[in-house]
Amino acid sequence: MAEPATELSLDSAALLAAEEHEVAIVGRSPWYLAWRRLRRNYIALVALAVFFLIVLACMLAPVYAHYVAHTGPNETHVDETVIVSGHPKPVISGGATYDPKTNTFDTSQSLIILGPTLWHANGRFVLGADNLGRDVAVRLLYGGLNSLKIGIGSALICTSIAVLLALLAGFFGGWVDWIVTRFFDLIWAFPVLLLAIALGSALSINGFHHFGIAIEPGSLWIPTLVISYVLIPYVGRPLRGQILSLREKEFIEAAVGQGAGPIRIMFSDLLPNVISTILVFFTLIIATNILTEAGLSFLGAGVRLPDPSWGNLIATGQDQIVTAPWIALIPGIAIVLTVLSLNIFGDGLRDALDPRAKVRIEH
Amino acid sequence: MLAFIIRRFIGMIAVLFAVSVMVFIVFVLIPGGDPAERMAGKNPTPENIVNIREKWGFDKPIYVQYVRMMQKAANGFLPGKHGEYDILSSFQNRQNVAAEIKKGIPATFSLCIGAAIIWLFFGTVVGVFSAVTAGKVSDRLITTLALIGISMPVFWLGIVLRYFLAEKPNNPPFPDGEYVPLTVDPVQWAYHLILPWFCLSILFIGFYGRVLRSNMLDVMNEDYVRTARAKGIAPRRVILKHVLRNSLIPIVSLFGLDFAAVLGGGAILTETVFSLKGVGWYAAQSVGDLDLPPIMGVTLYGAFFIVVFSALVDFLYAFLDPRIRPT
Repeated sequence: MAEPATELSLDSAALLAAEEHEVAIVGRSPWYLAWRRLRRNYIALVALAVFFLIVLACMLAPVYAHYVAHTGPNETHVDETVIVSGHPKPVISGGATYDPKTNTFDTSQSLIILGPTLWHANGRFVLGADNLGRDVAVRLLYGGLNSLKIGIGSALICTSIAVLLALLAGFFGGWVDWIVTRFFDLIWAFPVLLLAIALGSALSINGFHHFGIAIEPGSLWIPTLVISYVLIPYVGRPLRGQILSLREKEFIEAAVGQGAGPIRIMFSDLLPNVISTILVFFTLIIATNILTEAGLSFLGAGVRLPDPSWGNLIATGQDQIVTAPWIALIPGIAIVLTVLSLNIFGDGLRDALDPRAKVRIEH
Repeated sequence: MLAFIIRRFIGMIAVLFAVSVMVFIVFVLIPGGDPAERMAGKNPTPENIVNIREKWGFDKPIYVQYVRMMQKAANGFLPGKHGEYDILSSFQNRQNVAAEIKKGIPATFSLCIGAAIIWLFFGTVVGVFSAVTAGKVSDRLITTLALIGISMPVFWLGIVLRYFLAEKPNNPPFPDGEYVPLTVDPVQWAYHLILPWFCLSILFIGFYGRVLRSNMLDVMNEDYVRTARAKGIAPRRVILKHVLRNSLIPIVSLFGLDFAAVLGGGAILTETVFSLKGVGWYAAQSVGDLDLPPIMGVTLYGAFFIVVFSALVDFLYAFLDPRIRPT
């Protein structure tokens, strides 16, 4: 980079610029500059749009179920027929026998399940049926709603707790820092998914009834809280490092000199300086959480059947993968699209907010 | 050096203790109710419940319960015959949890060691290639693929791989399911593991490739790289000897943790999808029945593995890189 021959101060630079182009120099906030960088990153904006479209589609699940598919997420249509392009087709046919008592099928003989009808059946079974004759498209949207609720909810809880712990550890240092880092180490010592499964199963036995909090076994709060808990150090650790170095800066010394208390320094001096990192982490941790929820529900320790979520929809489709591949493939594609759009947008956001940032979430 | 080793060792013991306390809290205190009743299985007799309460100390203070539980978890690993109430055993079929974990170790290790070699190799190739061609079409393509790789649920990828390569009716190129022990038939062992190896590796390849790419781009801007170029060293040699070597340092510590995590049951999803009867698979089988002891056993095993392994990595690191020692 060529350096100017004479030293320029901000004032002289403004004067020079005004003389040459007759334009005034406008002071712009870092947020505006970041937005300007982000605005030019079309790929990141498209990714954000895709994510919002997915969220919107899932939020409209009840509308779709009522007006288009005319069925609910848990309604079975085992012995019905659907008119596809003018021809009646059974939802479920083939040699399998159905036991209405246990609501299960003996699938030792192959089961023929109605495949995606796309637009040929007036909106019914657009993406096909599953092994219990339920509408895959309806379950996909309701499942997405649950997955997104858990992903975004746990990202909010996880980031809030991590930020609070990082602020406390970074500001007070000493034994507070020691306790917080040991807590991070402790969670860090478990394989993420195993700890989540352990907590998820233990909580599914009787729910949680301690400290005046009551959570029932089937509640969505269980996977939400479990995922928030196991991922705290992944956000907290890098944030703590950043705050620890900010703590030594002169402006904190100045704030202390002015007589600002710990709360004020933490929330009005330290927090605004890490808010861009928090924003990036928040975006990326939603993606991680959606993947974790999917894994957890796939194994049966997250959202419990018959409530749908993208993870347990894939688990349901796993046994029919050869005869009815759409049941497992479609929710997987939904997960990939959602997580990919969040990852791309998160990368773009990081580039825009701090082009030189090095912090990243470790998977 | 000795002081560092001793301090690190004490730290390791402390974390192990904390881990065991947390596992105890998760399994005994969180569910609430009478643990003895849960432990007695599906159709308990009253004597059975009384026996368990007595042997496990559920009528005693919490610290007694903790000590007894850890004794029983450790007992299972010791050789010899154990009484029904002396070991940690499953609610469902009363199997010795420790013995079942031991049985799963060969499959888990086969999966993880193979996958680790693949992900290290391809992760490095991907990272170097995209760093060298940074900004070009090939780099864009590779970074996009890497991003897709880390955005895929690993179990879904496994199902897709199985569907297209192992389960299609007409002569699929790969066999489906069932782990063949290495000692029985090495060729079949590898043949059966190819799909799981790649399935587990994809996420790590994408992740390591991304990390290595940005590390290398940072290092390439260092002065000593410019010096090396100015001296007229061949570009290939500069990249491999000067840039890559220094960019690999963070990868080593990343690899230590990731490798320990998959060995410690972190490969649970891959094992479940491919029905590889490993340690993670064993835990996953118990989730449906809410059979806590196997999950608890595997969680303890996994955490112990990670803690011990990361201490070992630290020792190795301190030995290799003198700058790290004083911490």
